[in-house]
Amino acid sequence: MDLIILTQSLFNTDRMATFLISLIAIAIVLYTTYFRKNKKPFTIRKINGLQAVEDAIGRATEMARPLLYTPGWGGDIQRPTTIASMNILSFVAEKTAQYDCDLVFPTHDPIIMSVAQEVVKESYSRAGYPDRYKEDNISYVSSSQFGYAAAVDGIISRTKPASIFLLGTFEAESLILAETGTSINAIQIAGTDSTIQLSFFIVACDYTLIGEELFAASGYLSGNKSILASVQAQDIMKIMIAVFIVTAVIWATVESLSGTPLSYWWKF
Amino acid sequence: MNRQIPLIVCFSFGLIMFLQYFSNHTIARTMNLAILDYWQIIFAFTLVLGVVSYIKANMTKISRGIDRPYLIVGLLGMISMPIMALIWGIKADSPFMWMFENVQAPMASTVFALLAFFVASASFRGFRARSMQASILLGAALIILLSRSNLPIPYTEHLSEFADWIRNYPSMTARRAILIGIGLGSLTTSMRVILGIERTWLGGEK
Repeated sequence: MDLIILTQSLFNTDRMATFLISLIAIAIVLYTTYFRKNKKPFTIRKINGLQAVEDAIGRATEMARPLLYTPGWGGDIQRPTTIASMNILSFVAEKTAQYDCDLVFPTHDPIIMSVAQEVVKESYSRAGYPDRYKEDNISYVSSSQFGYAAAVDGIISRTKPASIFLLGTFEAESLILAETGTSINAIQIAGTDSTIQLSFFIVACDYTLIGEELFAASGYLSGNKSILASVQAQDIMKIMIAVFIVTAVIWATVESLSGTPLSYWWKF
Repeated sequence: MNRQIPLIVCFSFGLIMFLQYFSNHTIARTMNLAILDYWQIIFAFTLVLGVVSYIKANMTKISRGIDRPYLIVGLLGMISMPIMALIWGIKADSPFMWMFENVQAPMASTVFALLAFFVASASFRGFRARSMQASILLGAALIILLSRSNLPIPYTEHLSEFADWIRNYPSMTARRAILIGIGLGSLTTSMRVILGIERTWLGGEK
């Protein structure tokens, strides 16, 4: 009896479907990352927002103005969007080091600040210019949402960066920052995981990374085979989801037309 | 070695957090709460780091004469609020709460209010009928706006039904497609970090 209770409490059966799907997803990612990465070269479709990254850095260098990069107020370092943003920051920092362009990084979270300082410092070293790294440019401004928005707005208005990167988790501050950037004619590249804020970015920014494009950026910019392979895993899973949805739709339609009670096997 | 230890810690905690999600056991729940408590402790320490960095960066700029008035106001706010809280506490009638309610909250509301003007200027740019797609977007936006307004418009019920259809079908379809992409992207990014394939958070590859 005790053994049964222990077994029941060890595994939450309500989450069985999520567990199985997670295992399938993990298996696909592991398969593509470790077995398929060396078989044939991967190509990713052209993503305009990422193609424009180097142009944006070049523009800031030519205009002798800084480049502003901020990951938004909505996320912390645990969030995959913030990690994806740090990956892009690494590439941007390496380029700004090469071109000797100032990189300004205001953030609302001290942990993100610490990680960003480390990422930028390493990127400057990798580029061969560790002396160009300025720790004060990567700073914590405020944890308050509109305090952060006001601080970043102030930095944008006063330093007039030639290029602005708004990549991370944004909430209501997204349009405030993007419109301020537009008012100083900065070239803006944005991307977020919030579908509501995406519409603001599409209207106000020059380039917007939509949905999974933000997460694919790391592989796209670095060309790392393992990362590109995991992007391929995303595509495999997307096909599986599409097949599942189409099957469920056909199943439900047939059941509904034949008058039999709906089974809802696809609902979990 | 200084990179292997963080990678091992990351993998172990990633695996623990993944497994505990599927367990009802007391140990799993206690472990989850303990890890969340440690997260708060780490955050408190890094907050000190953030404040020190803010003061240091601002002092450097003030000494160089860059944006002096703004930075002095920012620093005064950062220093005065904790001092007031320590001396008079944070009760309803304390100077700290007075500053919060009469200075910080109105300033935050002011910044938020800017959004109304920015929405108007962004809409003006976004809703220009430059192409077929932009014209469809403009049409859809007009229908939604009219259906939600109190203007005396004929066929209001039908307009409202059509607006709901736009929101529930074409708009929701696109939104869910983006959400699926974001979900899969989050999953693979998390896995890359847990497995140590993605090491940017450690400062990059070496």
